Amino acid sequence: MILAFRLLVLLLLVFVMLPAAVAIVTAFDSRSIIAFPPQDFSWRWFHRALSYEDFRTGFANSLFVAAVASTAAVVIGAMAAYAIDRYSFRGKATLEALLFAPLAIPHFTLGLGALIVAAQLGQARGWAVVILAHIVLVLPFVLRSLYISLRNTDPRLELVALSLGARPGRVILTVTLPALAPGIAGGWLFAAILSFNEFTASLFVTAQRTQTLPVAMYNYVREYADPSMAAISALYILLTTLVLVVANRFLGLGRVLGTEDARH
Amino acid sequence: MRRRPFLALFISPAVLVAAGFLAAMAAILQYAFLAFIPGELQPGGLTLANFREMLKPLYAGVFYDTVRICLLTALLSLLAGYPLALALVRARNPYLKSAILIISVTPLFLGEVIRTYAWIVVLGNRGFVNGTLLWLGLIERPIPLLFTEPGVIVALVHVTLPVVVIMLAAAISHIDRDLEKAAATLGAHPLRVFATVTLPLSLPGIIAALTTGFAWTFSAFATPQLIGGGRVNMVSNLVYSLGFASFNFPFAAALSLAGLALTALALAAFRLALSPLHRIGVR
Repeated sequence: MILAFRLLVLLLLVFVMLPAAVAIVTAFDSRSIIAFPPQDFSWRWFHRALSYEDFRTGFANSLFVAAVASTAAVVIGAMAAYAIDRYSFRGKATLEALLFAPLAIPHFTLGLGALIVAAQLGQARGWAVVILAHIVLVLPFVLRSLYISLRNTDPRLELVALSLGARPGRVILTVTLPALAPGIAGGWLFAAILSFNEFTASLFVTAQRTQTLPVAMYNYVREYADPSMAAISALYILLTTLVLVVANRFLGLGRVLGTEDARH
Repeated sequence: MRRRPFLALFISPAVLVAAGFLAAMAAILQYAFLAFIPGELQPGGLTLANFREMLKPLYAGVFYDTVRICLLTALLSLLAGYPLALALVRARNPYLKSAILIISVTPLFLGEVIRTYAWIVVLGNRGFVNGTLLWLGLIERPIPLLFTEPGVIVALVHVTLPVVVIMLAAAISHIDRDLEKAAATLGAHPLRVFATVTLPLSLPGIIAALTTGFAWTFSAFATPQLIGGGRVNMVSNLVYSLGFASFNFPFAAALSLAGLALTALALAAFRLALSPLHRIGVR
């Protein structure tokens, strides 16, 4: 029975990995259509993908949007999470509900709403709407990561510092902030990855000039059938796996995602 | 802390973000009740025409298909995700544990476009499945997999699986293992321990996984768009084509609003259907 269970788990893991593996294999096929089994080995689709103009600008745009949106989300999220966790104030429950609500709203709905608002303000083609939409979408993940850190720090440490005469600003900078560092790092990393990969809302709010990499890739799949897309997928898969392995090593992915009980 | 230093400074940026989110939602609500004037980007006056239009069989059919696809995907993800979550939480070897975790969650961080593209390569007429079967001589002609509902559902299960595994693993990791050990020492067969102790205690995770799976599938866009290829349509595809092919933003907003109401209704129905289990003491 244990053997049957292990076999089932193995099959499921193969199912999860299969598409990525197949895409990586396809990327090295020299033919310009996707066909199995692959024939000659070639790097040509990697050359084509890396020199394709839309992928290059899309990559730069995605880096820019992900860097700005995740950094802003971490700053906004850290301050808000601290206030929500440690203070009581009017409208706290409403604010918290509103900040977590984007988790329950389909990205196409949020994208459509953001586009309508941006169009009314004459900003439909700018960066502001793209970055703001990304901040709204990644903030819940940042908050979750910080809540875990806040719960793991003892508020009495702050009281001790206060009673020893430190000013509140100094307490926050020298006691609270260092204690929250793991949550800030984890939240920032997840926000950056999620923003870099966000597609549906971006499709609504980006214009030709602000097009992010996932949107450029989507347009490519609609237009062309050659394995360039497989090549860029292969690069993406390797890079993402690497980031996750490193994140797991240094941050403990299980704890950040909540799949591990902290008590064990 | 009775004093609240920097309260205003700490929450004002978050309040601004929340206001931006509210503005986007308010725009959906407002546009849903405005008239569409063909050839114009500016909507007309107040009307219920968008909601009347939605009752037409063409649109009602898409809603029906969407709910069916979401339900099937959520159930299949639960069935596939449970063994993975159990293996993840219970693996003793730390390397095996890390491997299961990374393999199960990597797809979550690849984004919908790459995952969908990879499934096109798997399901296409000369793709992995058909190519392998043809090569082995098991079939003479490719089986249509792309542009079919089963194809869309398989890809959607793959998209939803990581979240479902995370939710289930969180619930399973909170189960007190002493309860299982007690059942085992009292002579229960491992299968019986699973069915009468582990499974019921993981019920909160199952409910969370089902509801999240449903909501995630509902918001999927690239998968039904590219793998369905116009032959399998979900609400998200309809909203996009109305917004960007016919610039009918009022109707797109009305469809989004109806979609939100539908998801809320479905989630409430899940909770209600599972409430008898809460009453018998399963939390």
